[in-house]
Amino acid sequence: MKQVKIINYFYGNIFSVAKAFEYFGCNVTIGNCPDEFKDADYIVLPGVGAFGEGIRRLQEQNLIMPALDFIKKGKPFLGICLGMQLLFTCSEEFGVHKGLNIIPGTVKRLIEQPGTKIPNIGWNSIDIPEGRDHAFWGDSILRGISPGKDMYFVHSYAPYPEKDKYWLSRTPYGSDWFCSSTRKDNVYGCQFHPEKSGKTGLKIIENFLKL
Amino acid sequence: MDKIRIIARLDIKGPNVIKGIRYDGLRVMGKPDEMAGIYYEQGADEVLYIDTVASLYERNNLTDIVRKAATHIFIPMTVGGGIRSVEDAQKLLHSGADKVAINTAAVKRPELITEIATALGSQAVVVSLQVKRMSGGKWEIYIDCGREKTGIDVLYWVKKVEDLGAGEILVTSVDMDGTGEGFETELIRKVVESVSIPVIASGGAKTPEDIGGVIRDAGVDAVAVASMLHYGRFTIAEIKEILGRNSIAAVRH
Repeated sequence: MKQVKIINYFYGNIFSVAKAFEYFGCNVTIGNCPDEFKDADYIVLPGVGAFGEGIRRLQEQNLIMPALDFIKKGKPFLGICLGMQLLFTCSEEFGVHKGLNIIPGTVKRLIEQPGTKIPNIGWNSIDIPEGRDHAFWGDSILRGISPGKDMYFVHSYAPYPEKDKYWLSRTPYGSDWFCSSTRKDNVYGCQFHPEKSGKTGLKIIENFLKL
Repeated sequence: MDKIRIIARLDIKGPNVIKGIRYDGLRVMGKPDEMAGIYYEQGADEVLYIDTVASLYERNNLTDIVRKAATHIFIPMTVGGGIRSVEDAQKLLHSGADKVAINTAAVKRPELITEIATALGSQAVVVSLQVKRMSGGKWEIYIDCGREKTGIDVLYWVKKVEDLGAGEILVTSVDMDGTGEGFETELIRKVVESVSIPVIASGGAKTPEDIGGVIRDAGVDAVAVASMLHYGRFTIAEIKEILGRNSIAAVRH
């Protein structure tokens, strides 16, 4: 049975994330004990709230080194929402805060425009980044997903990876785009909530479990 | 621009989904978990559970319903009925709900909106309105299943709840609910014009064209549908298809 560890470092709706992995027959443990990381096949870093607070709590609970060790072993790691943002170099949310720096890039506030709202709450499409084709998703967690499917977002900030290759998908916000999912080797992040994005969201979780 | 959401609304009484006309003559429609599962399969964008009698009896049986739903329904879930404190709301969010809907408790103690918004975020707070038409082109807020008058003017109240931190407003017209006579479009349009937060229209739809009409004429962000689904008149997939033909972009799963 696949062992999935959900890092519980922060208040939030972790229940639904756990249920989505259990749906695929995984043995899910939720907790903040670094020792448990060793037994995990997959680690999920969820999270809601502010970036600075998130990184502070990870530090306080001594969770950063075990997470980085897990990633170094090449095992699949998935950050969701704030958990995705924490993978990047830094964030501009309430001052500049350093992130885990696994993927080079900055987390910035969405730029409000006529017809858009912050926080950005609701369903929006995930699309293939400019200059790529569908094959770009072929060996990733987005394998088999048609571009333009809507996913469920709840956020005010979004990551902007430095290099094009770390933009796995992009999502429109007004006349701009933000990075809605990222990939670097075995590390993935989704700004949307796959556990709340219906069948397509489940497919992404299923794909992650095939890595 | 966010896509239009079609929300499956399940009014709950005890162990059953019920539906009446103008909140009266309630009939049992089925079991919450089974029905929510069907609507999820049809492509619902959200499930809305409202415990219709919770505020009358001061109890809350929705935690079990939402916990069970969270094992097989992977879309946002909003839960309302009998929520009187931040703890009540937190418990539901820890059980798989994404938002809570409050009506009676918000009227009795408006600070509750701010308390929940501060603790859990505005996105988690839906203020639910039960509205009846008055003479002179005005509308009044009702509580306790559309039984109790409050004397509160709807357009005053919606601005107030937005200021207090509500993330969304659900407008149910008690006059139209369950009738299939169409939405109270003028009321809903005035609510949309009064606030900048998303507005969900509920009550009175008979056909997908009615839904398209309230989206176009009132500018709502979402529509909550009950009878049309419960009586099997249309599936959510059919509603979305007809909206699409009328150039209204619904969520694509």
